[in-house]
Amino acid sequence: MATDRSADPAGGGAHAAPRADRPILEASGISKRFGAVEALREVDFEVYAGEVVALVGDNGAGKSTLIKCIVGTHPPDEGTIRFQGSEVHIHAPSDATRLGIETVYQDLALCDNLDVVQNMFLGRERVSRRFPPVVESLSEAEMERRSLEALETLDVTTISNVRERVASLSGGQRQSVAISRAAMWNSKVVILDEPTAALGIAQTKQVLALVRQLRERGLGVVVISHNLQEVFTVADRIVVLRLGRRVATFRREDTTPEAVVAAITGARGDDGR
Amino acid sequence: MKPGHAGDADRPAEGGSARTAKSVRARLAGALVERWRHGELGALPVVLSLVVIAIYFQAQVPVYLSARNISNLIVQIAATGSVAVGSVLVLLLGDIDLSIGSVTGLCSAVLGVLIVNAGVPWWLAVLAALATGAAIGAFQGAWTALVGVPSFVVTLAGFLAWQGVQLRVLGSTGTVNVFEPHIEKIAQSFLPPVWGWVLALAAVAAFVMTLWSDRAARVRAGLSVAPRLGMAARIALIVVVAGAAVELLNRFNGVPTVGVIFLGLVVVFAYLTTRTRFGRYVFAVGGNAEAARRAGIDVTRIRVIVFAISGLMAAVGGIIFVSRLTAASTQTGGGTFLLEVLAAVVIGGTSLFGGRGSAWSALLGAVVIGSIANGLNLMAQPPEIKYMVEGAILLAAVSIDAVARRNRATAGR
Repeated sequence: MATDRSADPAGGGAHAAPRADRPILEASGISKRFGAVEALREVDFEVYAGEVVALVGDNGAGKSTLIKCIVGTHPPDEGTIRFQGSEVHIHAPSDATRLGIETVYQDLALCDNLDVVQNMFLGRERVSRRFPPVVESLSEAEMERRSLEALETLDVTTISNVRERVASLSGGQRQSVAISRAAMWNSKVVILDEPTAALGIAQTKQVLALVRQLRERGLGVVVISHNLQEVFTVADRIVVLRLGRRVATFRREDTTPEAVVAAITGARGDDGR
Repeated sequence: MKPGHAGDADRPAEGGSARTAKSVRARLAGALVERWRHGELGALPVVLSLVVIAIYFQAQVPVYLSARNISNLIVQIAATGSVAVGSVLVLLLGDIDLSIGSVTGLCSAVLGVLIVNAGVPWWLAVLAALATGAAIGAFQGAWTALVGVPSFVVTLAGFLAWQGVQLRVLGSTGTVNVFEPHIEKIAQSFLPPVWGWVLALAAVAAFVMTLWSDRAARVRAGLSVAPRLGMAARIALIVVVAGAAVELLNRFNGVPTVGVIFLGLVVVFAYLTTRTRFGRYVFAVGGNAEAARRAGIDVTRIRVIVFAISGLMAAVGGIIFVSRLTAASTQTGGGTFLLEVLAAVVIGGTSLFGGRGSAWSALLGAVVIGSIANGLNLMAQPPEIKYMVEGAILLAAVSIDAVARRNRATAGR
């Protein structure tokens, strides 16, 4: 029912052509209040496998809140979430992780003092108990090989030594590690919060190439971004939030940055009121 | 030198037989410079300063490096070192435990009073002392983690309070003499010479097997392995160190039992910190607690366990004190003991700011602190000199770390 986007208060935005397949992740009617503040009001959101959706909007539009509702950091007051066609209840980030929904936060969430392999396997370490049988032992070689494989699959060529501490990596390399980590666990959906904020031009290119890799591999990718140039480089669809509502949805090839900006700022006066 | 550190294993093996000795030397020097620039000095500064300390005292007092004095030194540092091993974990978390001295004192009092006044069997009293330490640590860790009071404050309160409990437990006499043969044996017995050699052999065998199985696992996974030469050099080093130590100690009374206990604790904690998930999580929490939490790590649980271990190791120190001094007194664990433990850990190379360090730093640091105290004592210097020298060494050690850290920060990006 959430695919019935006529409920979407978006007025003028060119709607994405409906796809034949169902979205892999589908949130419908999400509302969230923080005290008197209505952060989200009946927002629908959907991601298909093998597409990049940009979630854009001004500060306070509800982008981060929507993501937090979806991944269980702040469970929504109202609304349902369907994943791979069936309704799911996500009460904590670990529930989302278990389903295969990974989030890469703005502040990266890497441990500087650990190396690349240790970070990629943090919280999911492989252990063996061969010798002696009662004592666990981290399977470092296996984890290193799998990290190398994951980076190779995603064409991340900028990290020469996976045993280097993350502290000595560049911002782009760190972001690549964080995204690769999110993608390597048989994930279905990866959500990226401002993945290129604070990165230089070359490093932004690396990260966007990686985002495209995720799409090629059939993952659903959600990118929260302020940078429209970047959005137009990488996104297939653009969803605009304004004042806690979804006001427009665009297909990248059918729209212009000006139209998106107009929807973000409400200049078109078509935000449903 | 630092078996817990697998730093070299990740350098790709560079094949090619056309390597001259000169290029090997150049690469070694290059690797050292690289490490300095990246702020990864490891145990090198500590080991070098130990060599300097040994040469200086040997020149001043010729008995310094004698079998008898080395044996004494080992017995002297065992208590400090054991408590320091627990503190390594706390510092790795980025926390601090200021109560360890008082807990050491309290646990020694519990042990003494239970054996002497209550007639409890020695082993039960030992268990009670260990349980007391672990329970106190767990309580302080839980308070820090759940109430959100910084560990500095919680354990400062503990520092005062447990000292009070220690005095209360000891009662009016203040000192309990513990002449219990089993307890005395802990710090006052020695391994028969043959067992010393068996121990050395076992240590070398364990070291070789660890290196070999790590290497085999990397080969199986199709990863690069460190050059054989480096592996052989490390094995040779451990053989020489273990052999020389046992040979020297056997010329006196043999390897001190308490030294074996201490070394065993260091090895166990080195394993725990570098080769188990628990250890990995301790580093992760110390490096970035929020990242650890997001990765699904139960930060509260880790903190409670680490503080419990700190209390447990303080109890081990208390037991060793009772054994060595055949008494539990109001002085046990008091004075500068706490500061010497923390100084040892930091001198040994564990960062005060969390996330970086090694169980071996407890051993190295305790040897440095112990060597200075022992040497100045042999030179018949008064305690005020000892305090001043120890203070200077601590400042130097932390300064080296701070400079290395600055290098690391600039090498970062």
